[in-house]
Amino acid sequence: MKTSTLYNRRDFLRLSALSGSGLFLGFNLLPTAKLDAAVYDAALESTFNFNAYMSIGIDGIVTIFSPNPEVGQGIKTSFPMTVAEELDVDWANVKVEQAPLDASRFERQVAGGSGSTPHSWKRLRQAGATARQMLMEAAANRWKVPVSECSTEKGVVIHKSSGKRLTYGELAMEANKITPPKEVTLKDRKDFKLIGTFVKGVDNQAIITGKPLFGLDFYREGMMIAMLQRPPAFGLKLKSVDSAAAKAMPGIMDVVTFKNNVAVVGKSTWEVKKAREVLKIEWQEDGKLESTDDHNRIFKELLNSDKAEVRRKDGDTEGAFKTAAKIIEAEYQCPFLSHSPMEPMNFFAHVTADKVELIGPTQNPSPVKNDVAKLLNVSPDKVTVQMTRMGGGFGRRLKSDFALEAAELSSIIKAPVKVIWTREDDMTGGSYRPACRYRFRAALDKEGNITAFHLRGASINAGDSTRGGNNFPVGSIPNVLIDSVDHKSAITTGPWRAPITNFLAFAEQSFLDQIAEATGKDAVQLRLELLDKAKKSPTGAIKYDIDRFKAVIQLAAEKSGWGKQKKGVFQGFSVYFAHASYVAQVAEMVKVKGKPVLKKIYCAVDCGIVVNKSGALNQAVGSVVDGLGHAMYGNLSFKNGAPEQSNFNTYRLIRLNEIPDVEVHFVDNGIDPTGLGEPVLPPLGGAVANALYKATGKRVNNQPFMSGNDDLLEKML
Amino acid sequence: MANFSLKINGKTLQADVTPDTPLLWVLRDHLGLLGTKYGCGIAACGACTVHVDGEPMRSCSLPVSTIANAKITTIEGLSEKGDHPVQLAWDEKDVAQCGYCQAGQIMTAAAFLKKNPKPTDEDIDMAMSSHICRCGTYHRIKDAIKLASTKMK
Repeated sequence: MKTSTLYNRRDFLRLSALSGSGLFLGFNLLPTAKLDAAVYDAALESTFNFNAYMSIGIDGIVTIFSPNPEVGQGIKTSFPMTVAEELDVDWANVKVEQAPLDASRFERQVAGGSGSTPHSWKRLRQAGATARQMLMEAAANRWKVPVSECSTEKGVVIHKSSGKRLTYGELAMEANKITPPKEVTLKDRKDFKLIGTFVKGVDNQAIITGKPLFGLDFYREGMMIAMLQRPPAFGLKLKSVDSAAAKAMPGIMDVVTFKNNVAVVGKSTWEVKKAREVLKIEWQEDGKLESTDDHNRIFKELLNSDKAEVRRKDGDTEGAFKTAAKIIEAEYQCPFLSHSPMEPMNFFAHVTADKVELIGPTQNPSPVKNDVAKLLNVSPDKVTVQMTRMGGGFGRRLKSDFALEAAELSSIIKAPVKVIWTREDDMTGGSYRPACRYRFRAALDKEGNITAFHLRGASINAGDSTRGGNNFPVGSIPNVLIDSVDHKSAITTGPWRAPITNFLAFAEQSFLDQIAEATGKDAVQLRLELLDKAKKSPTGAIKYDIDRFKAVIQLAAEKSGWGKQKKGVFQGFSVYFAHASYVAQVAEMVKVKGKPVLKKIYCAVDCGIVVNKSGALNQAVGSVVDGLGHAMYGNLSFKNGAPEQSNFNTYRLIRLNEIPDVEVHFVDNGIDPTGLGEPVLPPLGGAVANALYKATGKRVNNQPFMSGNDDLLEKML
Repeated sequence: MANFSLKINGKTLQADVTPDTPLLWVLRDHLGLLGTKYGCGIAACGACTVHVDGEPMRSCSLPVSTIANAKITTIEGLSEKGDHPVQLAWDEKDVAQCGYCQAGQIMTAAAFLKKNPKPTDEDIDMAMSSHICRCGTYHRIKDAIKLASTKMK
């Protein structure tokens, strides 16, 4: 495939200013010395608009810079693999470095929305293919042969008829003098050697030997440690502080107050934590202190409110419901959830007169830079952000609050400081998955066709809880109304892995099962029929690809032996399209002493081309485990504005002894890849709930499933 | 403040801290051994697991004053070259996603396999269910332990 490159001559960055003789794109003659952010930044400052993905050393070692933050989604391995594939270099000779934040050159440096791979797939391939072309031209010049007679193999340019060979390292300096090609040919998929294979994580050695990698592992000589006492409930603000006792504790340097935070600053984590415990703080009400009971009441009001915002309207639902032969209705509710990444929030900041240095775990470094610049009233070009590996994020680290408070504190105490959140701070500190309640209604005619469909979303601080109202089965039903209404609360919320769809998918897929039952149809048959209807007579805009949707359903059905009546096995089906990928799942249950036991999840995934087989499988299986654990146990409840759970002794997460078998199948369709950090999670709850209904006759419409069902579900996992 | 002499990874290291300081923070803040992780501070997640005289223990809940002459091994001291069978298996099975909990998981798995080199699935469930991996890498943790059990000397 021929493709235009993004580069012009000036885009190719020279490192010569640094090394005296080297180059960069580029290629450099530094013998692959580790570039720190400062050196990298200095190099980048000499050019503009550059997609700076790699350097090649004279020893042939290729260093590939991975621009996006690594949160456990495996991007630090799969991005460089994509460059290396087109560069045609032996993976064993590739070193990977985290690139620093440089939005002008890398555009999108975000770990969120499962968007990294679809955004960068072509750019990364072009970067590799462009360098390969320049290396071939350099060799052709030296050999005085046409470049069309040259080829590459594992880091070597080859002239077949003469048998001549030159390594990339030998060619690096000359290749830099070549004008970058205006267009390059990308590999045919059948020629991929690295993409689609099982490649281990590039940080594995550091992880298994305990090397410092994460934000909390960042230490610097002279750095202060700080913990903040934030309001203990949403809706409280600071009234007064008596910090005398805390200041008198050993190792404490200062106690300062800003906004609604009381920051204890000291030399070590333990001393700071103990001193924070003796702060005497008075809080006062600044808003309503809500409890979960309030939310339950509010949901009922919102579901019947006449102030809902219409998200989608096709046809005339009101008329269709009036003439319906049968109406099916069900409601589904989920609680707030904490993100609870294993590494609690933390950030390092050093604010001085002429610059702001920020180092830590962030999924979204650009807003960190810009928000801090705005807060401190400095130009963004004075602010640097260095991304550490993250001990998980799940959306929590898309926000900037933890970096902002570190920067503000550093500017006040005029010292380098790392702000550490305890687990309790992290769990009670907000930005939760919002609580939602949905009401689904479907009108059926005498033949069992769905003539109308109404989804009402009610939520606490979720904005549009229907996510635009464009999810299946819209498109297949002539009369559709999707609307939502939101309650504004002091409880802060934010994106949580597969925002909104992490629960909406469960509700929708459970409801479709109820429709299937009411119409005497098989669950898979119903979904396929609806998709056929959407194809033959579509209603309104359709955001999903019908053929891909059907293929993934059929693959899951085939692999799980759906409908083949395995004795004593109860199957539940679910399928969802989110984040541009399609995932179908079948949950299998058996009964032991009359109680349901979840045995297996079959998972069919269409994310287009699989870049890293190992990483993709890890994401898919991990998402199943994540979705299952939170559907079963996840619950953050409130009393007078304060979360009632604050650590893992009361906030239950799934553990190793509770996992079912998971079998994953990827659709092999050669379509450009889409993301895989989120899309496998949403359908999981629906598959499990639908299997549970088959096994026990009981529908669980609310999450966590365990709530009120302890006796029935105690042995399910 | 008091001075504590600790036997860690075959060396004797000194730390001048208050006696109630958890071993975790002595390792991290005072000795620069950053492989042992803070996850919950209440011994509920296992991220801070180290060996105390060969037994896996939660360093977040272990005051330094209670350690006395015990021999401490952290992830940095599990093997000289990162080639303990459990470490090798963790790499080969490509267990980690974010990787934050894995040092703790590896330390428990190593101590467990030493006592029970040929564990059943149920044995592994028992030994490892006290750890949390928020990314959900439990299947690969199990696979890696089974692989390591074939390599244990």
